[in-house]
Amino acid sequence: MSIQTSSDRDLATPTQASADRDAYLKQLLQQVSRQSFASSVMPKLGETATALVHEQSLPTTRDEEWRFTDLSTLLKTSFAAAGSQRPTVSAEDLAAVMLPETQNSRLVFVNGVYAPELSAVSGLPEGVWVGGLIEGYADPTLQLKIAQRLAQQSGSNEVFTALNTAGFQDAALIWVKRNQIVEQPIHVLFVSVDEGQPVIDQPRCLAIAEANSGVTLIEEYWGLGDHTHFTNGVTEIWLEENAQVNHSRIQRQGSAAVHIGKTAVSQARDSRYVCNAVSLGANLSRHNLEVFQSGEQTDTRLYGLSAIAHTQLADTHSVVSLTKPHGSFEQLHKSIVDNRAHAVFNGKVFVPQAAQLTNASQLNRNLMLSGKARVDTKPQLEIVADNVKCAHGATVSQLEADEIFYLQSRGISQDQAQRLLIYGFAMEIIEKIPILSLKQTLTEKITEWTN
Amino acid sequence: MINENGDVILSVSDLYAEVDGTEILKGLNLQVKAGEIHAVMGLNGSGKSTLSKVLAGHPEYHVTHGDVLFRGKPLLDLEAHERSLAGIFLAFQYPLEIPGVSNLDFLRVAYNAQRKAKGLDEIDVFDFDDLIEEKLDVVKMDASFLERSVNEGFSGGEKKRNEILQMALLEPKLAILDETDSGLDIDALKTVAQGVNQLTTPDNAVVLITHYQRLLNYITPDYVHVMADGRIIKTGPKELALELEERGYDWVLADAKVEAAV
Repeated sequence: MSIQTSSDRDLATPTQASADRDAYLKQLLQQVSRQSFASSVMPKLGETATALVHEQSLPTTRDEEWRFTDLSTLLKTSFAAAGSQRPTVSAEDLAAVMLPETQNSRLVFVNGVYAPELSAVSGLPEGVWVGGLIEGYADPTLQLKIAQRLAQQSGSNEVFTALNTAGFQDAALIWVKRNQIVEQPIHVLFVSVDEGQPVIDQPRCLAIAEANSGVTLIEEYWGLGDHTHFTNGVTEIWLEENAQVNHSRIQRQGSAAVHIGKTAVSQARDSRYVCNAVSLGANLSRHNLEVFQSGEQTDTRLYGLSAIAHTQLADTHSVVSLTKPHGSFEQLHKSIVDNRAHAVFNGKVFVPQAAQLTNASQLNRNLMLSGKARVDTKPQLEIVADNVKCAHGATVSQLEADEIFYLQSRGISQDQAQRLLIYGFAMEIIEKIPILSLKQTLTEKITEWTN
Repeated sequence: MINENGDVILSVSDLYAEVDGTEILKGLNLQVKAGEIHAVMGLNGSGKSTLSKVLAGHPEYHVTHGDVLFRGKPLLDLEAHERSLAGIFLAFQYPLEIPGVSNLDFLRVAYNAQRKAKGLDEIDVFDFDDLIEEKLDVVKMDASFLERSVNEGFSGGEKKRNEILQMALLEPKLAILDETDSGLDIDALKTVAQGVNQLTTPDNAVVLITHYQRLLNYITPDYVHVMADGRIIKTGPKELALELEERGYDWVLADAKVEAAV
């Protein structure tokens, strides 16, 4: 289903526009390559990624995957590589995003660069290695493992992922060893700060949960102040046999930010992955969420919430591949769209012949609070296997008059009733976040938002 | 309990109302005094539910003629929430589900809205917990209901009990129960009826809208009204309900026509 009220296509001639886009992308590549982990530490990886970027162009709305998300707004700004003018960030600056549950289990990155002075990992058990990738790679026992996992997810060829691989400066590395259940949640905070000029930062995260291990991960993008900024992040998560990862991904960047983020997840048999993705910030945001089930009886649960207003655009593109029997998959993505904001959801689910006895459901629900808001939604199931249970659906609605009346009939004013309904719509997702303080913060944000 | 000298709680005179351009209520009169229980019966489409929605202030129902006084004051200019705050409660025929809002939060917000309207301070979470614990007994509900989203995944009986729980909490002056008995098994019906009986006092009044005489075995009405074509065409004592059960509605309709012709 697609609800479309306007369409902004390129106005320039196609060849000129395409040359501009190519040049722009190469310019970005050149910027981010100046201080690149890959080119200095893993040159072969860097070369491959650089070649991949060279082969491609910046997507346009003529590309199927970017039909509703127009990146031409990027072209208006030239972004320098982050890092040259980075101001000092203090712990006080981050007080609003610190979580009491992760006081001794957090990694902080400022404009893509690891900030050990703001990080603390003393609360973590021995069976988990958490820190910056540069530091981790220097450890000979980790080196080979990193080389086997970094940028090895399917989908690494995609242009923004390749751009990140070619040019990220440092990454968060979370390595949970066999049988280790990490009780302490781990907070990876990517902060973007003003450097006096528009910059591109490229956060990167690599998380590996070895067999029978378990970990709760909070990945958060947050802007210190409002400034023009381009964040291009990539997170790779590997779940080995029977591992469990509960992943919350919170995007609260400033209103002048452009955020493109990839979450690539690979799941071995019997593993369980949960993603709670909440997107509130950035003027334009895109989350590419890709999960590949590689073993039997694998469980994937994806919950998402975008709450946007003004001229914000929030786009979630998910791809889930079930490849073996007895897989299960549940997805609920919700968007609340106010003013002239625009929510996009595209959810692909592949159930090939081998994935018999799959139990899959996907639902996208949208709440439009304004006549000028726009929603494009496209659930897309491709089912070949014949003995499966798969359901999917999408709804686009406004606040229900009967629901408002029900609340009003209990003495709640119309205004308060509307706020309560919007709050309830959002809370269904926020409730799933397993960190109490984060849940409270987001609840407050949603309450503020409804006001 | 009939109390000739009781205060008039509700006075409806010559009420006409429409929804989506269709006239449903056509000259309805009804007077309810404190302490009384009124049953409103009638066939489908006679306007029973419309009456309840008009009284509760549903925005899609428009009054085109007539007056309603609630405790002596004009009711129709008030918005739905103001009517609730004034003391009107409608138990819905189909209570709505509000996903994501816990029953406890919903009840507290509603209760505090009422306190605020009375000029009282809002009650805090802990005091409210104690209060609601007490009220749960009225409908024999388990405390686990409070943690669940409002009516979400509730069975029919649970939804109706939740309505009576809200009534117990808000202590209305006039409770309108719109087919609260429909779709209930006999145990749930008894629980709901006991709850209502417990909440009935000489100061408040209840209007029961029902299809079935069955409910009236458990809640004894002081008056039974028969509605047809948007009006009350017959009023009688509680025995009228039994007669309707036995003989159906045709004879009442026929009598009414004869009277109208005369």
